[in-house]
Amino acid sequence: MGSIRLEGVSKTFGRTTVIPGVDLDIKDGTFVVFVGPSGCGKSTLLRLIAGLEDVSAGRIIIDGNDVAKLPPAKRGLAMVFQSYALYPHMTVRKNIGFGLRMAGRPRDEVARKVEAASNVLNLSAYLDRKPGELSGGQRQRVAIGRAIVREPKAFLFDEPLSNLDAALRVQMRLEIARLQKNLATTTVYVTHDQVEAMTLADRIVVLNGGRVEQVGSPLELYARPDNLFVAGFIGSPRMNFVSGELAARMGAATIGVRPEHIVASRDGEGWRGTVVAAEHLGSDTFLYIDVPQTDGITARAIGELGLKQGDPVRLASDPARIHRFDSQGRALRQ
Amino acid sequence: MARRVSPARIALTTVVAWTVGFVIFFPILWTVLTSFKTELEAFSIPPKFLFFKWTLENYRLVQERSDYLAHAWNSVVLSFGSVLLAMLIAVPAAWAMAFAPTERTRGTLLWMLSTKMMPSVGVLVPVYLIYRDLGLLDSHIGLIALLCLANLPIVVWMLFTYFKEIPKGILEASRMDGIGTGREIVFVLAPMALPGIASTLLLNVVLAWNEAFWTLNLTTSKAAPLTAFIASYSSPEGLFWAKLSAASTLAIAPILVLGWLTQRQLVRGLTFGAVK
Repeated sequence: MGSIRLEGVSKTFGRTTVIPGVDLDIKDGTFVVFVGPSGCGKSTLLRLIAGLEDVSAGRIIIDGNDVAKLPPAKRGLAMVFQSYALYPHMTVRKNIGFGLRMAGRPRDEVARKVEAASNVLNLSAYLDRKPGELSGGQRQRVAIGRAIVREPKAFLFDEPLSNLDAALRVQMRLEIARLQKNLATTTVYVTHDQVEAMTLADRIVVLNGGRVEQVGSPLELYARPDNLFVAGFIGSPRMNFVSGELAARMGAATIGVRPEHIVASRDGEGWRGTVVAAEHLGSDTFLYIDVPQTDGITARAIGELGLKQGDPVRLASDPARIHRFDSQGRALRQ
Repeated sequence: MARRVSPARIALTTVVAWTVGFVIFFPILWTVLTSFKTELEAFSIPPKFLFFKWTLENYRLVQERSDYLAHAWNSVVLSFGSVLLAMLIAVPAAWAMAFAPTERTRGTLLWMLSTKMMPSVGVLVPVYLIYRDLGLLDSHIGLIALLCLANLPIVVWMLFTYFKEIPKGILEASRMDGIGTGREIVFVLAPMALPGIASTLLLNVVLAWNEAFWTLNLTTSKAAPLTAFIASYSSPEGLFWAKLSAASTLAIAPILVLGWLTQRQLVRGLTFGAVK
C-alpha cells in the first residue's frame, strides 16, 4: 500500500515562500510525475514528501498516517537521486543492501534480496565493483536497486535521468516504466522534461511558482489544458498563442493551437504567411512562419513538404482543435 | 599540448628547490651533527662540519641524567590523547556545521578560529590558578584537556573543510535508507572523509607534540613531555650545546619518523579539495 495525500503543504525558506500551499491526492500504485520549469518547487515538494525538508505547514498523509513530523527513515519511502548518491566506499552489493543491513535484517535475507534486485536490473555481473568503476546508466540502476530492495510504500525519483546522455535516457525511461508496472508501487517522479512526464505518468502534476496548475492524465493535459501555462508547457514544439483581434474574433483574449493541428499548404484556405525557416527532421518538417498580427506560428507538417524559406503559405486548422483562453489565462470551454 | 620546458630551466629549478630544501633542513641537520660532538667541538670556531671525533657520550649522559622514555611516553599520551578527545568533539561539530548550517555557522567558525589569535600567555595566570586549585597541575588529564581545547578550533576547521567536500546527497541517501545521525556519521561520512580525518589527526598530533608553552608551564615531572626534557638542558648549569642537541635529537626523532612515514597522507590532507 502507498497512498499519499498532501493537505495544505507549504514551505518557506526565511522570507521566501517556495510552496504556498499544495493539496494533492496520490492513489496507491499510480505513477505521478511532477513537472514544471526549474525553480517551480517540484523538487522541494518531493523533498518535503521524503522528509529531507521540514514542512512549514500542512499535513503529509501516507496510508492514513500524518508523517509530516517524522524523519525520512520512518516514512517508509525510498528515493533515487539525480546525482545517484551512491556510497563510493562500498561495492554495488553493499550499496544495495546497506539499508537492509542497517535495519538489522538477517544476512541471508539481505543477500537474497540483493541478488533478486540485481537480476531485475542486470547488475549481477557488477556486484563486487565500486560505483567509481561503473557507467552512468549502471550507477543509476544501482541507485534504483537500493530503492527497490527496501520494498518501500512509494518510490521518489528526483530527476533521475538528467545526468545521462540522450540514448541512455530513453532506454532507462523504458526500464523505469516497466519496473513500476511490474512492482505496482506508488511512484512520484520529478522532471523538468515534459516528454518524460508524458511517457511515464499515469497522472501529471504541472507546477508553476510552487502552485499546482493542473493535475490530470497526460492526454487530458494535452487535450484540455486548464490554462495558458499548462497549454504552453505540455506539448513539443509548444502551442502557438495568438492574442488581439484574431483571438477576439473567436471570443477569447488568447487562442492557442498546437503545431501539429495546423495544416500548411501552398494554396488553400486560412491565414496567409511566409515561411521563415523550415527544419526537416525526415519524418516531420517544422515550419516557422511569419503571419501578420501574430508573433510567428510554428506548424508541423508530415514528411517532406516542399516548402522552403520565403515561400508563401496558407495555414488552416480544425476549429475544434483551437483552445480559447480568457484575459486571466484560464481556458474557456464551450 | 604540454608546455615545453628547456633542460636549462629544469636544471635551474632543481638546484633552487634543493637549495631551499637544504636551507630549511639545515638546522635539524646541524642539531643532529652537534649531538655527536664533544662539548668543546660543539662551539669551536670555525665550526666543524663532518670532520670531528664522533661520540655517543652525550646520549649516554642525557639518558643517565633524565629518563627519556618517560618523557617520550608522556608526549605520546598528551598528543594522541588530546587529539583523539578533540576528534570526539569535533567530528559531530563539523558534521553539524557542514551539513546543517544555520545563519550563525560562519560566525561561529570564525569566532573559534579567532580564539587562536589570542596569545596564550594572556590567560596563563588564571589557567594556572584554576589548575592549581583543581589539582590538575602536572597531570595527564589536565594537559590533555588543555591541549585538546587549544587545538579544537583547528581540528573543527579542518574537518569542516573536508566534510564540505562530501556531496550532501549521499548523506541524504543514507537518511532515506533509514539510518540515524550517529550511524550516518560512523558508516557513511567517516569512511568517505577518512583521508581528511587521518590528516587532521596527524597534523594535530604534530602540533600537540611540539606544543611547548602550556606543557612547560603546567608540568614539572609526572606529566612532563619531551618539550620539558629539552628545556631541562638549557640555562641553569650553563649552555651545554652538545647535550642539548642530543636531547633535541631524541625529542624530535619520533615525530620526524612519523612525519616521514605519513608524508603522503599529510600532503594529501593539506591539499585535499584544492584539486578535483
